[in-house]
Amino acid sequence: MQVSIAQFFQRSDYLMSLPMILLTIFALGILLIDLMLPDDWKWANAATAFVGVLFATAGLIKVQIALGEAHRQMVPAFMNSMVIDRFAIYFWYLFLAGAAVAILMSVHYMDVEREHHGEFYALILFSVVGMMCMASGWDVVLIFIGLELMAISTYVLVGFLRRDRRSNEASLKYLLLGAFSSGIFAYGLSLLYGLAGSTNLVIIRQRLAQQMAAAGDHADPVAVLALLTVATGLLFKIAAVPFHQWAPDAYEGAPTSITGFMSVAVKSAAWAMLLRILLLGLAPLHKIWVPLLVFVSIATMTAANLAALTQNNLKRLLAYSSIAHVGYMLLGLIAFGSANTPSGVDGIRGILIYLLVYTFMNLGAFAVITSLRRRDVIGDEIDDIAGLFFRAPTESVLMLVFLLSLAGIPPLAGFWGKYFIFLSLIETGHYVLASLAVLYAVFGLYYYMRIANAMLMRQALDKEPLKIGGSMAAALGVTALATLLIGIYPEPFIRAVDWSLGLSQHPAIAHLVK
Amino acid sequence: MVPLSYYLVLSGILFACGVTGFLIKRNIITIFMSIELMLNGVNLSFVAFAARWHALRGQVFVFFVMVVAAAEAAVGLAIIIAVYRTRETLNVDQMNLLKL
Repeated sequence: MQVSIAQFFQRSDYLMSLPMILLTIFALGILLIDLMLPDDWKWANAATAFVGVLFATAGLIKVQIALGEAHRQMVPAFMNSMVIDRFAIYFWYLFLAGAAVAILMSVHYMDVEREHHGEFYALILFSVVGMMCMASGWDVVLIFIGLELMAISTYVLVGFLRRDRRSNEASLKYLLLGAFSSGIFAYGLSLLYGLAGSTNLVIIRQRLAQQMAAAGDHADPVAVLALLTVATGLLFKIAAVPFHQWAPDAYEGAPTSITGFMSVAVKSAAWAMLLRILLLGLAPLHKIWVPLLVFVSIATMTAANLAALTQNNLKRLLAYSSIAHVGYMLLGLIAFGSANTPSGVDGIRGILIYLLVYTFMNLGAFAVITSLRRRDVIGDEIDDIAGLFFRAPTESVLMLVFLLSLAGIPPLAGFWGKYFIFLSLIETGHYVLASLAVLYAVFGLYYYMRIANAMLMRQALDKEPLKIGGSMAAALGVTALATLLIGIYPEPFIRAVDWSLGLSQHPAIAHLVK
Repeated sequence: MVPLSYYLVLSGILFACGVTGFLIKRNIITIFMSIELMLNGVNLSFVAFAARWHALRGQVFVFFVMVVAAAEAAVGLAIIIAVYRTRETLNVDQMNLLKL
């Protein structure tokens, strides 16, 4: 029997993966063009990468329109290994936004570091392709490949400052721990394959549910082992305690713009993968993973908030704060997993909104830190930001906005993420967890205000005014605008999240959303 | 025919050896080899399960794991060389610039 490729792959598959294809073409193009560019033309690589992201966004809009015209919730592609649904599209937009701002932040910074190479931007685009695979993976093979494509690109980006000892060390630690966690994750996937006989998440879910029902609602020990190993891999990638040790080191040593990129896009991708696997493939085991997550989230909030109190390095402080934010987001998953009522959905909404606002406010904070870098000043200690108000009033006010937003102060975007998470906890009756989370949010306010205090109250150690290039100003403007806009007028963004979860169609939930 | 459980026990042992090596060894290259050992444990278990289910997907996954391991080795060795250039040592205990 003759089997041709055409039978396996249809035209619509390529349409649905258009953003990935465009990003890959642009990344390869950058690698080629870079060879021909003279040294003072290296900014053209950044421009090409930025145009690539814009093209991918246009492609994504086309995908979204095609999905709407087909009147379908989801379109499987490439023999069911990939699924394009609204959830995936939402995350794809997030990744593209994160990558675009990171590229804008990098132009001047990499120039100062004298490491302005085309590979840098090509790797950012490649890692976004990997993230897209993770967010739309229906088959664990694709999820694993996407995860590794993203991770390997990021290892190189972290160590991109080859001559810098801190960058080398960060890259090495990230590589060793990342590869270790991928190994554990892959072992869990092999056990899941052994249990289910398939690598598709939907079939894994069906088989696990059947086996649980046949055994009288008890999970097979092998299933528990598979869950534990897979969850270890997932928690490693989102940097939850006790698997968070790599994060502060990698964040501190990496080029600052990449630290920003890692803390938002890479983290969102890990969250998309975690939500896909836990809510789709491993949903039948929710009685086991919910208590596990309760422990992990309490440990994460406690350890990260306490460790952040004493940090003097801004990048490290924000690394611990990003770990703490993961702890809050995990609470949303607990609210959803422990209640099968519509009110639990607020937890997932909370996570998606949190990731959206976090993308902008955290990138904004890192953009300000990136702008502190000069030829002779590394600019990532609290002392370096001291007296920033007297050197650059606009930047310091923006930084204050980002910090207050990270702390969750009401008229700013960060408030809405915390609001929905805490609301979902209260609706599902987790009063202790909710009060604990609020307590830790107060801790958070303290260490964010420490930065603000240094910035506004202390004297500047060096008086030289800050020079902000055009692309950096654009990055600051976009992130600040988004932080303010989402905070003051959150309705369209909340509606976008509901759209991505397909909530408006669900009659039981429609009245909650209004 | 060798029963399935033999393969699984062997893959578990290989994986455990890899994890132990990762945790106790101090030389970066050895740690890196331990990670490869873990991935080989994963491969063995995938192949064993693929034989049990008479399905190809498990074997396909093994090919991808091998490709990923190769890519990781390429990048990993490059990073190790970069580290060695700036520090002249391959002991992980000396990688202590970044800490609390």
